[in-house]
Amino acid sequence: MKKSPRLDKQNPLSLREISGRKSRARPDTDVWNLRLYVAGQTPRSIAALANLKRLCDEHLSGRYNIEVVDLVKHPQLAAGDQIVAIPTLVRKLPEPLRKIVGDLRDTERALVGLQLRPGRPASGET
Amino acid sequence: MKRLTQGDSGMNGGVSKAPTGIQGLDEVTRGGFPRGRPTLICGSAGAGKTLLAMEFLVRGATKYEEPGVFMAFEESAADLTENVRSLGFDLERLIKQKRLVVDYVRIERHEIDETGEFDLEGLFIRLACAINAVGAKRVVLDTIENIFSGLRNEGILRSELRRLFAWLKDRGMTAVITAERGDGTLTRHGLEEYVSDCVILLDHRVVEQTSIRRLRVVKYRGTSHGTNEYPFLIDEDGFSLLPITSLGLQHEVSSERFSTGIAALDEMLGGKGFYRGSTILVSGTAGTGKTSLSAYVVDAACRRGERCLYLSFEESPGQLVRNMKSIGLDLKKWVDKGLLQFHSSRPTFHGLEMHLATIHKLVDKVQPTMVVVDPIGSLAEAGDRRDASMMLIRLIDFLKVHGITAFFTNLTSGGEAIEKTDVHVSSLVDAWLLIRDIESGGTRSRAMYVLKSRGMPHSDELRTFLLTDTGFELLESTAASRDIRSQTSGDVLPRRMQGTKRPTHGRDTLR
Repeated sequence: MKKSPRLDKQNPLSLREISGRKSRARPDTDVWNLRLYVAGQTPRSIAALANLKRLCDEHLSGRYNIEVVDLVKHPQLAAGDQIVAIPTLVRKLPEPLRKIVGDLRDTERALVGLQLRPGRPASGET
Repeated sequence: MKRLTQGDSGMNGGVSKAPTGIQGLDEVTRGGFPRGRPTLICGSAGAGKTLLAMEFLVRGATKYEEPGVFMAFEESAADLTENVRSLGFDLERLIKQKRLVVDYVRIERHEIDETGEFDLEGLFIRLACAINAVGAKRVVLDTIENIFSGLRNEGILRSELRRLFAWLKDRGMTAVITAERGDGTLTRHGLEEYVSDCVILLDHRVVEQTSIRRLRVVKYRGTSHGTNEYPFLIDEDGFSLLPITSLGLQHEVSSERFSTGIAALDEMLGGKGFYRGSTILVSGTAGTGKTSLSAYVVDAACRRGERCLYLSFEESPGQLVRNMKSIGLDLKKWVDKGLLQFHSSRPTFHGLEMHLATIHKLVDKVQPTMVVVDPIGSLAEAGDRRDASMMLIRLIDFLKVHGITAFFTNLTSGGEAIEKTDVHVSSLVDAWLLIRDIESGGTRSRAMYVLKSRGMPHSDELRTFLLTDTGFELLESTAASRDIRSQTSGDVLPRRMQGTKRPTHGRDTLR
C-alpha cells in the first residue's frame, strides 16, 4: 500500500490515494479499500470526499485507503467498476463489492451501505 | 425490379431521416428514423426490440458508413454477440473494425445504496467515450428503463433522462431507445414523455398456435407514415417488414406477351399467349393437369432465360421434378442453372403473414419474372377464408406492382360450380383457364378452355388434350365443343362431332 501523506489543497480531487494507515503492522484483510468516483471538481464531489473522510476517520480509523478517480480525466475507468452515477463510492475491500451512490451526506445510510452498521441497505430488495 | 415508391413528396415536412436499412421499414417510415433525434421502440418481452435496434446500428455501420454505439443495459456484450449471430451479424468483426462499440452497463440494485444527491454523469461520460472512440452517428440504449430498477430516486432519474436526450440531440445522434410495454401505457416508466419524435410499437402474439409479429408506427412527428400494423418476421437475414403495398391500382402494365410453351394454347390466347405481369388462374378438379400445365409454362419461361419462382404448397420440389419428368419435362436442369427456384411448405406451417413475408423475401432475392403458386386454395387452410383472400389480394398486388407474372392453380371440388374459387380471386385475375375431366365411352380425357382473358381475343373452344410422356397434346379443336362451357347448364351435348381424333360426345362428368 502506498502512503501519500500530502493533501493537495489546490487540487483536492486529483487521482491519488489517501491512506489512513498509521503503521504497517496491521494485517491486510482489515484494511478497507475505498474508491470514490467523481466527475470533475464539482461541489457535490468535494462534499462527498469530505463526508467520506470524516466517516472513515470516525469508523475506520487507521485502516482505510481512499482512492479518488476523476472520470473527466480518465473516462475509460468508468466501465471497469460499472459506474453510472456520480459520485459513487465503491468498497473494493473487504468483499463483497458495495456501491454507495450520492454525496454521502446521509451518514447513517452510508454506514449501512458500507456494512459498518447492521440494517437493510437502502436500495436493496425489500 | 422496380422499386416501390410512394407518392409522398409533399408530406415529409423537412424531417431529415436516417435510413434503417431494414427491409420494409424504410418504406413504412418513408425514409427511416428521424435523424439526430431519439426514436422509441416499445414492446413486450421477446417482441424483438433489441434485434431491431441492433439491426439499425449494424446496417448503419455497414450500409451507410455511420458507426454506432450500443449501450446495453440488459445483456452483456458477449451474450449480445451470440444472440445476433443468428441474424447474420458479426459484432466482433464490426467492433474490431471500429465501426461499432458495445458497452454493457450493469446496474445491480442489491449492491447499490443511495445516500444523497447524485447525477448520472458517469453514464454520460461512458457514452461520450464510446461515441468518440468510433465517431458514432447512431446510438442505441437498450433498455434504458433498467436504470429505474437499479436506482430509486425517480426524480433524479427523470431529470437526468431529460438531460440525456437533450445531450444526444445536441450531438446530432440518431438514437434508438428500447422500452418495455407498460400496462395500459406505452412504456412501463413513461419514457414516451421524453422520446416523442418517433414511437414504434412491436407486438408479438400467438393466435391459434401461430406466432404473429406486428409493427406499428404509433407516432412520427412532422412526416407522413404508414399507420397500419405491418407483419414482420425475424430470420437469418434480420428483420423483414411487409409494407402493405398500395392496394390502389396504380401500376404500369406491359403489352408484351409470352408463350405458354404449348402452341395450341397460345393459339387459344389470341395467338400470342398471356400478357406479361398479368395474373393467371388455372382451375380444375383433382388430377386434371394444373400442375403439369404450370410446369410447362415455367419450362417455356426458363427456356427463354427467364427466372421463375415456384411456390408449392402440396408437393416437394423433388416430387414435382420427378413427376414432370413423366411428361417429358426436365425441370432439374433449370434448377441447376439457377433459373428455377422451388419453395415448398405446408400452408399450416406458418401464419399467412409469414407466408406472405417469405414470398416477399424470395421474390426480392430471386427477382423472377414469373411466380407460380400451386395451389392457392391451400392457403385457406392456414387461416380463415377471409384472411386467405386478403393475403392473396396483397400477393397479387405485390406481384403486379413489380410487373411479375402470377400463375395460380386452384383446386375445385367436384359437385361445386367449377367457376367457384374458395378464395374468391376469380374476379381479380386477368386470365382464367379451366381444365375439366371428360368421360366418354369408358375413358377419361381432359379438356381446357379459356374462361376469360382480359385484353385479348381468346378462343371459346373447349380443347381436349392428352398428357403423354412427351407432354401436352391438344387435340384438334372442333366447332362442336363450342357450347360446352359452363357446368351450370348441366348436361350439354356437343352439336357436332366432326374431325376429332377421339369421340368427344358423352356426358361431362365432374367428380
